[in-house]
Amino acid sequence: MQLIPCPWCGPREEAEFHYGGQAHVAYPEDPSALTDEEWAQYVFFRENPSGPFAERWSHNAGCRRWFNAVRDTRTHDLLAVYRVGEPMPEVIA
Amino acid sequence: MTSPPGAHLPEHPDFLWDNPEPKASYDVVIVGGGGHGLATAYYLAKVHGITNVAVLEKGWLAGGNMARNTTIIRSNYLWDESSGIYEHSLKLWEGLEEDLGYPILFDQRGVLNLAHSLQDVRDSVRRVNANRLNGIDAEWVDPAGVKEICPIVNTSPDVRYPVLGATYQPRAGIAKHDYVAWGYARAAHAMGVDLIQNCEVTGLETSQGRITAVETSRGRIAAGKVALCAAGHSSVLAKMVGLRLPLASHPLQALVSELLEPVHPTVVMSNAVHVYVSQAHKGELVMGAGIDSYNGYGQRGSFHIIEQQMSAALELFPVFARAHLLRTWAGIVDVSPDASPIVGLTPVGGLYLNCGWGTGGFKATPGVGDCFAHTIAHDKPHPFNEPFTLERFTTGALVDEHGAAAVAH
Amino acid sequence: MTFRTPTGGAIDRDTLLHFTFNGQSYTGHPGDTLASALLAHGVHEVGGSVKLGRPRGIVAAGSEDPTSLVQIEAPFSEPMLLATTVELYDGLVARGLAGQGKLAAEPDPARYDAKHEHCDVLVVGAGPAGLVAALTAARSGARVVLVDEQNQAGGALLGVDEYVDERPSAEWVADVVAELKSTPGVLVLERTTAFGMYQDGFVLALEKRTDHLGFAAPEGVARQRVWRIRTRQTVLATGAHERPVVFADNDRPGIMLASSARTFLHRYGVLPGSRAVVFTTNDSAYCAAIDLAESGVDIALIVDARHEAPARLATECAARGIEVRAGHVVVGTEGAGRVTGVRIGPLAPASPDITVACDTVLVSGGWNPVVSLFSQARGKLRYDAELGAFVPGEELSTVRVAGSATGELDLNACARQGRDVGSEAAAAAGFAPGGQVPLPVSDSRCTARSGLVLWRVPGDDDASFVDLQRDSTVADVLRATGAGLRSLEHIKRYTTIGTAHDQGKTSGMIAAGIVAEALGVELEDQRPTTFRPPYTSVSFAALAGRDRGELHDPVRVTAIHPWHVAHGALFEDVGQWKRPWYYPKPGEDLHTAVLRECRATRESVGMMDGSTLGKIDVQGRDAGKFLDMLYTNMMSTLKVGKIRYGVMCGVDGMVIDDGTVIRVGDERYLITTTTGNAAKILDWMEEWLQTEWPHLDVHCTSVTEHWATIPLVGPRSRDVLAAVAPSLDVSNEAFEFMTWHDTVVAGVPARVCRISFSGELAYEINVTAWHGIAVWEALMAAGEQYGITPYGTETMHVLRAEKGYPIIGQETDATVTPQDLGMSWAVSKKKPDFIGKRSFARAENNRTDRKQLVGLLPVDPSVLLPEGSQIVETDRLPEPPVRMLGHVTSSYPSAALGRTFALALVRSGHERIGETLFVPVEDALVPVTVTESVLYDKEGARRDG
Repeated sequence: MQLIPCPWCGPREEAEFHYGGQAHVAYPEDPSALTDEEWAQYVFFRENPSGPFAERWSHNAGCRRWFNAVRDTRTHDLLAVYRVGEPMPEVIA
Repeated sequence: MTSPPGAHLPEHPDFLWDNPEPKASYDVVIVGGGGHGLATAYYLAKVHGITNVAVLEKGWLAGGNMARNTTIIRSNYLWDESSGIYEHSLKLWEGLEEDLGYPILFDQRGVLNLAHSLQDVRDSVRRVNANRLNGIDAEWVDPAGVKEICPIVNTSPDVRYPVLGATYQPRAGIAKHDYVAWGYARAAHAMGVDLIQNCEVTGLETSQGRITAVETSRGRIAAGKVALCAAGHSSVLAKMVGLRLPLASHPLQALVSELLEPVHPTVVMSNAVHVYVSQAHKGELVMGAGIDSYNGYGQRGSFHIIEQQMSAALELFPVFARAHLLRTWAGIVDVSPDASPIVGLTPVGGLYLNCGWGTGGFKATPGVGDCFAHTIAHDKPHPFNEPFTLERFTTGALVDEHGAAAVAH
Repeated sequence: MTFRTPTGGAIDRDTLLHFTFNGQSYTGHPGDTLASALLAHGVHEVGGSVKLGRPRGIVAAGSEDPTSLVQIEAPFSEPMLLATTVELYDGLVARGLAGQGKLAAEPDPARYDAKHEHCDVLVVGAGPAGLVAALTAARSGARVVLVDEQNQAGGALLGVDEYVDERPSAEWVADVVAELKSTPGVLVLERTTAFGMYQDGFVLALEKRTDHLGFAAPEGVARQRVWRIRTRQTVLATGAHERPVVFADNDRPGIMLASSARTFLHRYGVLPGSRAVVFTTNDSAYCAAIDLAESGVDIALIVDARHEAPARLATECAARGIEVRAGHVVVGTEGAGRVTGVRIGPLAPASPDITVACDTVLVSGGWNPVVSLFSQARGKLRYDAELGAFVPGEELSTVRVAGSATGELDLNACARQGRDVGSEAAAAAGFAPGGQVPLPVSDSRCTARSGLVLWRVPGDDDASFVDLQRDSTVADVLRATGAGLRSLEHIKRYTTIGTAHDQGKTSGMIAAGIVAEALGVELEDQRPTTFRPPYTSVSFAALAGRDRGELHDPVRVTAIHPWHVAHGALFEDVGQWKRPWYYPKPGEDLHTAVLRECRATRESVGMMDGSTLGKIDVQGRDAGKFLDMLYTNMMSTLKVGKIRYGVMCGVDGMVIDDGTVIRVGDERYLITTTTGNAAKILDWMEEWLQTEWPHLDVHCTSVTEHWATIPLVGPRSRDVLAAVAPSLDVSNEAFEFMTWHDTVVAGVPARVCRISFSGELAYEINVTAWHGIAVWEALMAAGEQYGITPYGTETMHVLRAEKGYPIIGQETDATVTPQDLGMSWAVSKKKPDFIGKRSFARAENNRTDRKQLVGLLPVDPSVLLPEGSQIVETDRLPEPPVRMLGHVTSSYPSAALGRTFALALVRSGHERIGETLFVPVEDALVPVTVTESVLYDKEGARRDG
């Protein structure tokens, strides 16, 4: 079980968190202007890299805040955590 | 004196396969030497006469999810599309030992899918009725019936989530995973297929919208057609030709106990309590846990998932209290949004996709091998995999086995 | 005949313990293991082998033993323990196993628990290196946890009679342990095995707390405890296991590892036999031979595979009359059960030239560092050719290795490593060095690591056992390589080597060596097979801990729950909640009770406990705007004091939940969700708010458990409410449908909403949970004259189904849109966007043959369709696969309709109204008429009472 450094609470047990998949996938400005293909990309398609991945977590059993993290999906090492609205930091995997 | 408990297990044959150097080109290159890749190669050679085939495996054959799954085989899926391909698979399983000439220990000991809430009961009865109309053996059994089929299940009403009944598929069962993979590998090899291990695909080469070759850690290999059978690594491979897939790769853990005298005559699965367990031929209890929530390629999960699994297992099987956990491990499962696979053509000519099986790939091995080989040979989906296109995510024609409250695995 | 020495060993010779093994009675002493007590009686044969049924003995003295599997039968049955790790207690009953154990039929009475521990430095292993490391770290002020699998500290020192700092090593160990135990912030855990090493310093350890007490184990004390240790730094001082050499018929009882025999002598005061042959490739077995000889064992011969015996040790042997034959090997053994002799010959060619009679063979093929935890921590391993073993091959920032786990076999050097690594670990955890720990100096004579790496002696491959537990032989390995297998993982699977109870602790390295020889490759280029948790086996019950029975998952009950229990309600599990299902009167079954509850409610008044409905308080300037995005219909236009029904969809346009929205104030709404989805919907709202629309000024709070919620339903509900809320004008004009009022009910502040999930005149009375029971009882009293009837979820389901109201999760399954439910009226055409809207425009959503919610009336009004039945078009079933049109989602007998009815999802259902379809039930096809989903009071005349 990992320690996840919540940017608000500090490191906490993984079991306190809820996973939210890829970060920085914005809800489309005007969904009705999208083709079916473009809308399907938003609804169903996510990056699934083997390596650093910017993703969302929510500290569900703690402060209940959502935040972003960059994690190496090969090792599960968390390379960075940052708050919603902050730009993704440069990381070295 | 009774014979020792392990005396009757079949041996592997004295010869399995050669380890050739890759040739410069093949008619078909299959990426991924797991169960699906090996089965696809086998049916390409056997059914379609296509033998100039290479199976490329970055590690050792069948060392990925094929070596890490809990070997449950069943076809009692809700939707017509799913039950079609899984039942096709089950029928092939029923003749596979003879077909491959390999003792794969396919054992139709039946599977119970337990219901723990009134809605579970409705969903289960719905699935049983759908299965029967689809020609699949299925029945609804009450708690007493569960007890009769599997006496060690705790059917007392005084537990946290009492067993209210179960669906039962008698033809379901288990097989020995390595034996299955090696059976396919040996037979494919005997028909001329090259099995190339320690060969990682690093690039896919295309020209004018068509696949032409694969770049590998052992050099470039030209290919008329390329078929991806890489489970958890599918997204990474597809991205090499700019193809995005609606998949998330997650760790899925499993575990075994030490060898125990037979106590568990069937396979029991419970979605609500998150348990699936069988007792393998040698006597070890084989159990699967829930998938870890995050994307991961590390073949390693979190231990609290195992602890939850144990707590759930003892709810249903109090007799397991002093069984011992001997080994845990994880595979990487590629989960699609509707918990159904993606099998078929791609926008790139000559490139074929077989992925998204999530936790259910093992049981589909013969079925998808047969259908995928057909798809590759004819450049056209087999009717059984026709519904499982990539396009369904655009049109909305999902085959939602998640939403259908069907059971995983 | 006894094999107990007259003196020595860490056993209590004054106390006699009685035990039974394989039906025979024996005695032993406190401090014995089952294995040592058996050996004291000359019993080597423990069980049989799993495949060939050959006898199996005791090979090692500890948890690495591959063979001594036993079944405990009393005090409580437990399968597959090693005789070498079962501490002896009075009354123990056990039997030997042939590789397969037996589960107890009766429930395990023991308790198990788990404990969290946080520390700066965790030291695994209380041998010399671990002790020095722990003490060094402790003196620097770090919080230290020291775990060790044995019942006492000392590690390898427990098995020798060496002196440390010129006194018995046990005294040095005791001093170190005493200082550790008296240092604040230090925790020493004996009988505790670190079995799993995960990320971020998370280590799992199993403490066996009462196993060794047997029948005397106190009740109420957890038998085993899983320690969940979170540490900054870890020192692995896990030691090394001696490994054997494989030769023909190497599996006979009486053949054991040399160092283990030495351990049995020094720790337990037990001799392995009367006459032993020692077969070694290195120095350490000489010490075993000398010690045993001095204790009275006739050492017939030392066979040293090396060309030259070590001069000093050979001289010591000669002084004791022990013959040493260098350049020789054991080629085979003899014996019907236990070994009776060995055949010895030169190393090359390995052919026997003499046979030596003996009852014991002591083998040493070198040492394998225990690297399981290091490997689990993702540390890379390196092959050490001199040692013939994999050793830690890199440094990790939080995991350090000391002692023989590194491949260092000299005790003084191990201790020095312990000090260095303990100090580094403490420093890395932020602690400045404390008082220097003096390094112990031992008088060990057998410290050289200069061994010969020898995996096997050529011979009868079929009888040369690599994995004694799996009956896997050299022949099996060669057959695997001959079959074309190259990867160790494949060969392991082909031969099953390393997959047994011991997970290949003593056999894995040898198998790798034999494979490398067979394939002509270097072990440096081979990847060892993966070490997986757990290091030693752990009972399921220990891992489940206390999360069993009621604690398996929390039970949630409402404030009114005690009343339901007292009044005989049966309960339904809905999520974690216990909800009253129905309230049977004596002699009633589900159907009769529900018909009575329905009738009472429709004809007079009924009430239920609706407190489990999810309730979320939504506040903020943008609350309306936000709810407009969440619901398919418009909420921002709702007036304060009014209530609106709403549907929520996922981005894929499928219904995920429904409920009511009441506008409490300009910037405040209270929404309800289905019982099972309450937490999910709150999370859903938070996710959108925080990650997509953080600019919106909206705050959401769960208030589910703040309120007790009582729907009061039926034509008499107004009278009942009026009686308990005298200040409230309950007239239809003053209190309109879909409005709410704050008032006083039964003397307490209440919010009353006029909503109906049954079509009847109805009020939903909300009070703070504290007052739930009082208000419930007041309503019961006030309604008595009308025959007020409490009802449960089943009646609620019937009443709503008669009105065609869907239950999310019953009528829907994540493939159903609001339009499919006939709820286009609840889908806004005005709003530019809401979650799910875009998906409604997809091709699949616009098919005319989607499954739609309709009613079904069996042609025979007494036939009840089973829920979950499928629906077909024809009155005769064709051969499978049969085309199915949909399924029955709900089905009930109806008191109000005087017949049975059902709700169903049917392909093109809305167009099929009036058609006859068929429902296969058992072997019959039941004809049904498709109707609208609303079957009762279509005009809505009953709503206002």
